[in-house]
Amino acid sequence: MMSSNSANNLLDEALGFNDECGGGGGGLLLLIEDRVETSGAFILHHLIKRRLSSPNRPNDVVVFLSFAHPFSHYDRILRKMGCNLGVQKENKRFVYYDMLNLNYPVTDGEKGAEDLLLSVYGKIQKTVELCSSREGYKNSTIMIDDISLMEVALCGSSNLVLDFLHYCYSLATQFDCLVIILNHEDVYSTVDVPSPLLQMEYLANIVIKAEPLATGLATDVHGQLTVLNKGICQGSGCSKSKIRNFHFRVKENCVEYFYPGSRT
Amino acid sequence: MAAEAISRALRDGALEGEHAPALTIKDSIHAPLGAFVFDHILAQLSSNISSSKSQAQGIVLVAFARSPQFYAELLKSKANDAASLKKWLRIVDCYTDPLGWKSQLAESGIVSNRSTQNATTASLCKNARDLDMLFSSIVELGKEVIRETKGRFAVAIDSVSEILRHASISSAASLLSNLRSHDQVACLFWLFHSDLHEMKASSALEYISSMVACVEPISNTTNGKGMNSENLPLIEQNLGRGKFSVRFKRRNGRIRLMSEELHTEQMGINFVPAFEDYVTSQSLVPKVQFSLQLSEKERNDRAKVVLPFEHQGDGKPIQIYDGRRSVSESKTENKETNAEKMHVNEDSGRGEIIYIRDSDDEMPDSDEDPDDDLDI
Repeated sequence: MMSSNSANNLLDEALGFNDECGGGGGGLLLLIEDRVETSGAFILHHLIKRRLSSPNRPNDVVVFLSFAHPFSHYDRILRKMGCNLGVQKENKRFVYYDMLNLNYPVTDGEKGAEDLLLSVYGKIQKTVELCSSREGYKNSTIMIDDISLMEVALCGSSNLVLDFLHYCYSLATQFDCLVIILNHEDVYSTVDVPSPLLQMEYLANIVIKAEPLATGLATDVHGQLTVLNKGICQGSGCSKSKIRNFHFRVKENCVEYFYPGSRT
Repeated sequence: MAAEAISRALRDGALEGEHAPALTIKDSIHAPLGAFVFDHILAQLSSNISSSKSQAQGIVLVAFARSPQFYAELLKSKANDAASLKKWLRIVDCYTDPLGWKSQLAESGIVSNRSTQNATTASLCKNARDLDMLFSSIVELGKEVIRETKGRFAVAIDSVSEILRHASISSAASLLSNLRSHDQVACLFWLFHSDLHEMKASSALEYISSMVACVEPISNTTNGKGMNSENLPLIEQNLGRGKFSVRFKRRNGRIRLMSEELHTEQMGINFVPAFEDYVTSQSLVPKVQFSLQLSEKERNDRAKVVLPFEHQGDGKPIQIYDGRRSVSESKTENKETNAEKMHVNEDSGRGEIIYIRDSDDEMPDSDEDPDDDLDI
């Protein structure tokens, strides 16, 4: 049984994140897919803490776009996990964009939505550029919570969301960033048109799915995580894709990860 | 082998009075190996171009899904140096700034106008929605790599799925069709993910193609059981191996199918002949009271049977008629038969049947069309 505080956490192992640098390398897109029964928000919180708590990376920045909750929500949760977001915000290490209060939803259609997106992207690029020019810079992280609400804010245009993600991805490859997005698997209909979630699965280097157990509800096990790590593909070669599956239990201040049947 | 046949067709290029050969590579999320196939085909064609073995004298690569730097590294790792690449490679960069956002931001001073290190000859596209402009860019760049007026260039598009996000299927089909019928295009190929589009879009793209290469999962995991530890090894297997089926559309309208397996490796992919899963094929045979398959012993005995007219016992090897006798061959044969006739006359009264089998042993109900090799 491994908690989120231990060095060899199952989730971090599956993500291929080296413990000493607190996170993966750059130029990656990580997609978290969850469902109503199994919220994947805890993964987001865990990754915020990992990216901000590494002593070897004092200048790395987390840019957080929130469409789902106010700052106080994340602050409260991360405090319980031993991370002070308020202080990090003051130190400009945690850059929080409150999308809830940013002219949303857009009233003048898709053109207005694209303009909004352009200005948001501009702010992100500026922040990342500034951060990358500082000494000792290693990685930045761009996080979006969550994609389905972002789509709502953009008048339902999943295409604009995908355009935005494409730009974030190319920024990530240029400046060695990690892009982390959360989306809900069960809000998309696959009856009429192919789901935009599929586009994101193609784009992502790592896909984490939080699903309920096949056997249904249980008190000791809250769900299962499947981590698909496609590996890095550069022009000169590719590493092998790996897939891992394990269970999780969300507790008050941490999350436990364990292989099925390993708990007594 | 299928992959080699594709490379040959692209290498040979367009015939006079015909549209250029066009290849569609399609995959799905359960077997997401299409990009590997695209890279492989690109590397093969590039190798033929750089050694002047192909009709195409250069290649215009339209990059949507991966950066120009990625492709430059890919081709350099296949023994091409930067100077050589500059001679025959051009890239339309629809990856860096496909909607012109970065340019707009740089113009308004919000961000710095820092361009990515461009070691390649990439031409930046700032409006991926304008397919007419894209067509003009491709043709313009293509003219830069051809050495003579009647020269031709190849076109590769790394994601038609991305084009279809920005434009309608009819505009996309029109772009591909116009490229295919352009008299300076030797061949073209593209990749798309079939599960991202409606059936009609996939069909439209396949109709424009003369070759369709489909990557499918080796193992079927979509059994509705969802994710569990039993499915996992199969899903992981599908990320590294796939079934590679190719449909070739011939000029006379006949379709030829070829199939093999592909395996991903660190430095690319490898194609191997399809492994006949004997157990699977056994399970597909309907369960009836009589035997529909041959046992091992029966197969061996069948192979040992000497056909009528072949057991002349004269020591000559068994010949198989190949259907195309050259003029010189028939002249030699005439001489021989004349000699034989004389011999026969000398032998007086001895009859002889000269039998040449017209094909190799074929299993019953074989789908092979015996006229498939004719090019009428």
